[in-house]
Amino acid sequence: MEIFWYISIAVVLTVFFILDGYDFGTGIIHLFFAKTEKDKEVIAKSAGLFWDSNEVWLVAAGGMLFMAFPTFYASVFSGFYLPLILVLWLIIFRAIGLELRSQFKFQMWKDIWDTSFGVSSLLLALFFGIALGNIVRGVNLGGFDNGISVHEGHYFFLPLWDGSFSPLSEHPGVIDWFTIIIGLIAVVTLAIHGANWIILKTNSSINTKLKGVIFKLNIVLAVLTVFSLVVWQVVNPNSLDNFGDKPYLLIFPLIYLSGLVGLFFIKKIKKDSHAFVLSSLLIVGGITSSLASLFPIILPSVNDTHEPLTIYNTAASEYGLSVAIYWGILGFLLILIYMIIQKRLMKGKVDNMDYGH
Amino acid sequence: MEDMIFYDRLQFAFTITFHYIFPQLTMGLSLLIVYFKWKYLRNKIEKYNDSAKFFMKIFAINFTMGVVTGIPMEFQFGTNWAKFSELTGGIIGQTLAMEGMFSFFLESSFLALFIFGEKLMGQKLHLLTGFLVFLGSWASGWFILATNAWMQHPVGYEILENGKFVLENFSALFSNPWLLPAFLHNQLASVVTSSFVVASIGAFYILRNKQVEHGKLFLKTGVIFGLVSSILVAFPTGDWNAKNVAKHQPAAFAAMEGIFETEEAGAEIVLIGQPNMVEKKLDNKIAVPNILSFLTYQDWDKQIDGMDKFEKEELPDNVPALYYSYHIMVGLGTVFMGIMALAAFLLWRKKLYNIKPLLWTIMFLVPFPYIANLTGWYTAELGRQPYLVYGLLRTSDGISPTVSSGNTLFTLLGFVALYMLLGLLFLVLVGKTINEGPKSKLH
Repeated sequence: MEIFWYISIAVVLTVFFILDGYDFGTGIIHLFFAKTEKDKEVIAKSAGLFWDSNEVWLVAAGGMLFMAFPTFYASVFSGFYLPLILVLWLIIFRAIGLELRSQFKFQMWKDIWDTSFGVSSLLLALFFGIALGNIVRGVNLGGFDNGISVHEGHYFFLPLWDGSFSPLSEHPGVIDWFTIIIGLIAVVTLAIHGANWIILKTNSSINTKLKGVIFKLNIVLAVLTVFSLVVWQVVNPNSLDNFGDKPYLLIFPLIYLSGLVGLFFIKKIKKDSHAFVLSSLLIVGGITSSLASLFPIILPSVNDTHEPLTIYNTAASEYGLSVAIYWGILGFLLILIYMIIQKRLMKGKVDNMDYGH
Repeated sequence: MEDMIFYDRLQFAFTITFHYIFPQLTMGLSLLIVYFKWKYLRNKIEKYNDSAKFFMKIFAINFTMGVVTGIPMEFQFGTNWAKFSELTGGIIGQTLAMEGMFSFFLESSFLALFIFGEKLMGQKLHLLTGFLVFLGSWASGWFILATNAWMQHPVGYEILENGKFVLENFSALFSNPWLLPAFLHNQLASVVTSSFVVASIGAFYILRNKQVEHGKLFLKTGVIFGLVSSILVAFPTGDWNAKNVAKHQPAAFAAMEGIFETEEAGAEIVLIGQPNMVEKKLDNKIAVPNILSFLTYQDWDKQIDGMDKFEKEELPDNVPALYYSYHIMVGLGTVFMGIMALAAFLLWRKKLYNIKPLLWTIMFLVPFPYIANLTGWYTAELGRQPYLVYGLLRTSDGISPTVSSGNTLFTLLGFVALYMLLGLLFLVLVGKTINEGPKSKLH
């Protein structure tokens, strides 16, 4: 039962990062590569038309996590207090940037909201990567210090950083050199993903140039990926044990690898949607590989006194989880139907779609 | 510890107050949009379709604001109320997760289709998408009220030795006797807000002598919906809720009605007065004898417990705020009924559009239904104190054990600043949309 909900939440989160991920990436590309007003407008539109229905997936993932693993929800949300609230503020800045830019015609207004959209997209991608880095690195559960726990064993509180910026410190902060690397991987991955989305959904004048950008970013991503695997071994020497024990889990890193390799052929790929699928594979593979390396742990402990949080010691009651399966399946079916209807009606390029304002 | 609880509560109160400005409009407005669209399908008069599309624009702005201010609400359960989430997540997580699955997806998918898809889909499907948006937004209200009803009147649970609440009966969450009256009351109050907004914009167009035809339609529709909903929000639904409070939360009932001392032969209803917490009485009181006993129990002489009958630990911790919230809500509700009844009468006599003072009044009335809705929620939430889960889990036992008050004050200040900016931008956008008006553009 725990496994069913664990997988469901992982699926919902992954869908969120594929969908809202392209808006984040669109924002990053917009920030660095869009020069003419026409491109800026159409690129912002390719995210602006969809962001709110994409963000619903985050709300859904949050709700399901709350229902199925309340102890984990409570521990992680209070432990990562500041970064989570910062994420909320960035989400707001990004949304208003997208909604407001085309409300008035003068350039200064547009520039303000373009920057708001671009910078918050970039920071959000970075923060989500850092969050993933924190999950795989683990936290100081119980606030353990010199033999004394200051909190209950399943609670913790992380400062944004500690002086050493090292993941190996006894009290690692949210930001250290390891989580920064994972954050950069997220930024590059989502930038590639966003560029693919722009190529797929718009006729912007930089589409051809973006293929070159994707190629170069992909090289950076490959280097960062290899580098992160090495340092991961330093941070957590047992990080790959799960894959040795259960070789079928290797499917997840392979998904990532296939996306990475495939994107080197970006200039030869005829159909834009294929390239978008490849960058989606990066996201799917990246998230699932990280989760699989930990399973059934969902938050490791950096001290030996307190047990890590697992899907079993944080789950709600058996009855609650099983009754939720009925409505959960119904809910998923309905969502699937809405998505099919929506995608059929809103297919094609966005250039001439009416923004509704 | 004390200031920690204070900041946590203040931050939640501030962010939920700001958030609830938006859903209270969208829920009611979606009903009016469906009405306009349905009328258009029947009579094919273009201005009805314009109205549906115009208000969907207003809806969309409010929906966006609702989304971006709503995510912080969900997050705050975990960030600031971790202990509460840990202990009750197995139960209220059900209703909150269902809200995400059954209402947000429905609402957001079909909102996009309603706005972009009229030409693609044809008129009947366009009405259907509007209806689905309405359904999604009301489902959202249903699940939130189910969550709140459980906190007000917990049912279907079992408490484990470690203090965790475990779900024992899923369907009890939805057959909770607190839920249906609270849901109907809340939804009708939302219709009141949106009717007043529609009427107010109508009055504005008429007074400004611009888009007058649409203005008249807005005013007429707003007045009719406004009259019906402001009556229904008081009787039977408001009355029904008050009886629930009297039955299940007698301490809260005594506090919100301002009854300091129990009177043997029937309780009076307080119209005006200021709670004096030192001398335990109401200053400058104007009250009518025996009415409260009659309204609550249909018995003029029934004794109702005053605050003197309860231990201090069982009474709400802020009696004056609760008392004022409740009385402001009831007072405004009464004024709404009066004004809408007058406007409806003049509408029937075909004089409404020419009576300027009333048009001005309706135009400037628009903030008050918002205040009435919010004070209604304050009544519910302050009345539940000092508990998060009534009678079972105290508010002070629900906060995050690891987050310090300095952090909460920091984020509270950030939210205040950010929401001031958001509020300003919201007004600019809505003002611009109203200024452009509903008239279909000539291409």
